Amino acid sequence: MTEWLERHIPKMVLAPSFIAVLVFVYGFIAWTAWVSLTRSRLLPKYEIDGLIQYERLFNAPRWDTAMSNLFVFGTLFILISMVLGLMLAILLDQKIRTEGVLRTIYLYPMALSLIVTGTAWKWIMNPGLGLEAMVRGWGFDSFTFDWVINPDKAIYAVVIAGVWQASGFVMALFLAGLRGVDGEIIKAAQVDGIPTWRIYTAIIIPSMAPIFLSAFIVLAHLAIKSFDLVIALTGGGPGYATDLPATYMYTMAFSRGDIGQAASSAMVMMGVVFAIIVPYLYSELRAKHD
Amino acid sequence: MTDVTLAPAAAASRRNWSHFALRWTLFTLLGLFALFYLMPLFVMITTSLKSLEEIRTGSLIAFPREVTFDAWRTAWSEACTGIQCEGLRPFFWNSVVIAVPAVAISTMLGAANGYVIAQWRFRGANLIFSLMLFGCFIPFQVVLLPMARMLGLMGLAGSIPGLIFVHVIYGIGFTTLFFRNFYVTIPQDLVKAAKVDGAGFFRIFWSIFLPLSLPIIVVTVIWQFTQIWNDFLFGVSFSQAGTQPVTVALNNIVNSTTGVKEYNVDMAAAIIAALPTLLVYAVAGKYFIRGLTAGSVKG
Repeated sequence: MTEWLERHIPKMVLAPSFIAVLVFVYGFIAWTAWVSLTRSRLLPKYEIDGLIQYERLFNAPRWDTAMSNLFVFGTLFILISMVLGLMLAILLDQKIRTEGVLRTIYLYPMALSLIVTGTAWKWIMNPGLGLEAMVRGWGFDSFTFDWVINPDKAIYAVVIAGVWQASGFVMALFLAGLRGVDGEIIKAAQVDGIPTWRIYTAIIIPSMAPIFLSAFIVLAHLAIKSFDLVIALTGGGPGYATDLPATYMYTMAFSRGDIGQAASSAMVMMGVVFAIIVPYLYSELRAKHD
Repeated sequence: MTDVTLAPAAAASRRNWSHFALRWTLFTLLGLFALFYLMPLFVMITTSLKSLEEIRTGSLIAFPREVTFDAWRTAWSEACTGIQCEGLRPFFWNSVVIAVPAVAISTMLGAANGYVIAQWRFRGANLIFSLMLFGCFIPFQVVLLPMARMLGLMGLAGSIPGLIFVHVIYGIGFTTLFFRNFYVTIPQDLVKAAKVDGAGFFRIFWSIFLPLSLPIIVVTVIWQFTQIWNDFLFGVSFSQAGTQPVTVALNNIVNSTTGVKEYNVDMAAAIIAALPTLLVYAVAGKYFIRGLTAGSVKG
């Protein structure tokens, strides 16, 4: 008996967590997938009725806006954060004595709640009293910076705040990568008289390809899940100009009482995340087995 | 002759000069970026110390002429978060009461799971780990609806225990990942030797693995605390008037549409909501960064 117990204890320790994950992750995904195929409105119904919810979703102008916003926001957010992060990492890698302090300053936004970030930037970008008023006060009377309240520009305001929050994190990733590059190769290149910028573009940056991939995955994941930042900064507005899939889903689930739409939009979000994550996880797990 | 000796000197001084110019550009750039990252924090602090009158007449980046803590007092104990006007204080404590047990439980579960997966391998353990890891990456929107119903069935709808439960469940993936990746670096011979000496599963964990685990416990606790304190999605979906976490209350203060917009109160409230995680970052930044990069950098 004790021997049996001893042999099975590890499994029994793992079991509760495993069951919890099975139910609350996979079971719940299945539930959402099922409901997304029904005519559920205020209350869930369980008779499958085909792809009607997805049809409604793809015909909704608001979902269209949310998806194209995700595309614009995601592209700019990932691109700018990567470029800025890489640049900061390279600048910091030049044997700076104050590196520790600067790193701390560049990275602290990552410790903040996106609601705090959104609140701060909403105030800074407030046209009447923020940056716009400040620059006008310097004598540039026609200066305008009204992105948070301008339907055509508001999504770019979200990009600014998002980049401010996440670029320091990308810097930390790249800095770790730079430190991992073989010093001997760099020294050899220096001895050969190769200029520093060539060393970066031809040796160091190509050798960091896995880190570019990691940073891309993390940023893409952040972008798709973006919810708090939009809620705090623009509330999805003006109108629904800055709606993202995450805010669309939330509105349908909790203010509109449209469970079918909420479920189908959540499934599309998961599809987008998995399209990015699955190949990555697969290659990671395979690399570890080899 | 003089030419020959001077030429290298001139070249050297030119090199020195260009080196100096480069360094100067470097430091200017680094300094400008530091300003970019610090500016919002600076603006938040100075705005929170100004009176509304001064905010309306002064410049965004000016220091306060007259420092006043009125906005802080209002934000902490008087500001309206809807119909309730008790400031952030009750919600701040909600967040504490949610975060502390949720962090503790999810960290303990992660340690136990990581120990099993890394050191007591059995058939299927890797598959279980992959399935749990996968759970870290799902967009939580996909579980919001069924979770709301489940909490209702469990009688935990809108309650603080309900939020603790949710944070524990969706934290397990990451905590298991952290501990598993840490324990996998410890040679398996250690367990074998201890087993030969007659030590069992729990004994080996308590007297060998736990004492080694301090760094990864710190990383995990900081990661979980930051995640749970800063959470908004679960907080706004699964709470009700009295049980909201601080992030939800902050958003309610800032986006309440009634009355005069008190920007100084908004800023003070934002800083209060941010203080715990900022403090953790200031004290244990190294471990915070390790947690951030743990999942994303190989090795």
